[in-house]
Amino acid sequence: MVQKLDNLIETASQTAGPYVHIGLMPTYAGNAGAYEQEIGVSPIEEGAQGEVIEIVGSVFDGTGWALRDAMIESWQPDAAGKFPGQPDADPKVTGLCRFAADAESGEFTLRTVKPGPVPHRTGGMQAPHITLWIVARGINIGLNTRIYFEDEDNSADPLLARIEQKPRVDTLIAKKTGPGQYRFDIRLQGDGETVFLDL
Amino acid sequence: MSKTPDLGPLIPRNRAIHPVPYDPDYKTSVARSPNLPLLSMESTPSEEHGPTFGHNALGALDNNLILNWTRGAAPAVGERILMHGRVLDELGRPVPETLIEIWQANAGGRYRHKKDTYFAPLDPNFGGCGRTITDAEGRYQFLTIRPGAYPWPNRANDWRPMHIHVSVFGRSFGQRLITQMYFEGDPLIDHCPIAATIKDRAQLDRLVAPLDMAHSRPLDFLAYKFDIVLRGRRQTMFENKLEGM
Ligand SMILES: [Fe+3]
Repeated sequence: MVQKLDNLIETASQTAGPYVHIGLMPTYAGNAGAYEQEIGVSPIEEGAQGEVIEIVGSVFDGTGWALRDAMIESWQPDAAGKFPGQPDADPKVTGLCRFAADAESGEFTLRTVKPGPVPHRTGGMQAPHITLWIVARGINIGLNTRIYFEDEDNSADPLLARIEQKPRVDTLIAKKTGPGQYRFDIRLQGDGETVFLDL
Repeated sequence: MSKTPDLGPLIPRNRAIHPVPYDPDYKTSVARSPNLPLLSMESTPSEEHGPTFGHNALGALDNNLILNWTRGAAPAVGERILMHGRVLDELGRPVPETLIEIWQANAGGRYRHKKDTYFAPLDPNFGGCGRTITDAEGRYQFLTIRPGAYPWPNRANDWRPMHIHVSVFGRSFGQRLITQMYFEGDPLIDHCPIAATIKDRAQLDRLVAPLDMAHSRPLDFLAYKFDIVLRGRRQTMFENKLEGM
């Protein structure tokens, strides 16, 4: 016999199901007014520092169909790379946004400020990125990924450097479509499958 | 407030204790599960920080689903229950001040969602969502009604056991978790293809809340206890790795 580890085991995930929005985005689910203040309505408040950008995209399944029932959360630092709560963080950046696809077009829009670079534990900096977490019916454990930007220097980013198949790096990079406008599609499976993270 | 020390990287997730992403018995998962392996990496500040929520963001009735939809004017129909428990991390430490959100069907098994067309009627007095923030010891509680089981289009005759959907933030975005609480003694658990996506029976059993008579209130409600464990963060004096080591 050996000594006993008294660690606990993480609670198992379960799918968020098709009705996740009644809990997390009541207005989107048709239940406006369920809460006085909803969580994650916008990652920024009026007056946030930095460049305001819009990222438009869809979440596609393995058949190429754009999901209408996914819910996405984004989490990011401010334009200087500071997360809410850190010293000198921009008080107008709350960092969290919840969004879902439009029922007609299957497209989501994330309006935020472009984040600044964030340090890495081994030294050096990570290129500017937004962290994403995707849940939906049929997704049994939430999927983590990141949005990087085509018009930033991503050459020294430690996470992108770890992707062995270089064409897959592209799946994490938002394409510029106009001033302050980007396109970022997520492919859950198959051709052009997005790189998902176990972080 | 006992603030959890946030030091090292997140303890890597043991994916074997989670549901399999691809499970043909849960048909929607077939086209929504990645084919390729996930990219593994030690967590970074992007996952180690996370949003915090103040109590002032919440309304007084937010954790009372019996009354919150009507703002206290009329109670929801159903068997009254107290759902309560603690949020801990893998090292057994309480996770204080974290947001828990729940959603559920009404007593007849119908969700108040524009896409739910099950012919069980809506309860005009039940919205089906609630939220609260854990206290300094990681405790939380909700007053609600027992949700009904409901049929769903999957295999020819699939039914969801009674369940409450639960979303937890923790203190790091990398701890983010959505799960479901089931009820002790529900025979439908063993027939449910969504519950069966968890292949480790002990892990599924941990999602089944026991009846807790000690916290039930005579002539008012039954209690069910549901503890939640989130990923922990490593703590060591040897965290600052020297270059090249
Ligand atoms: Fe459900």
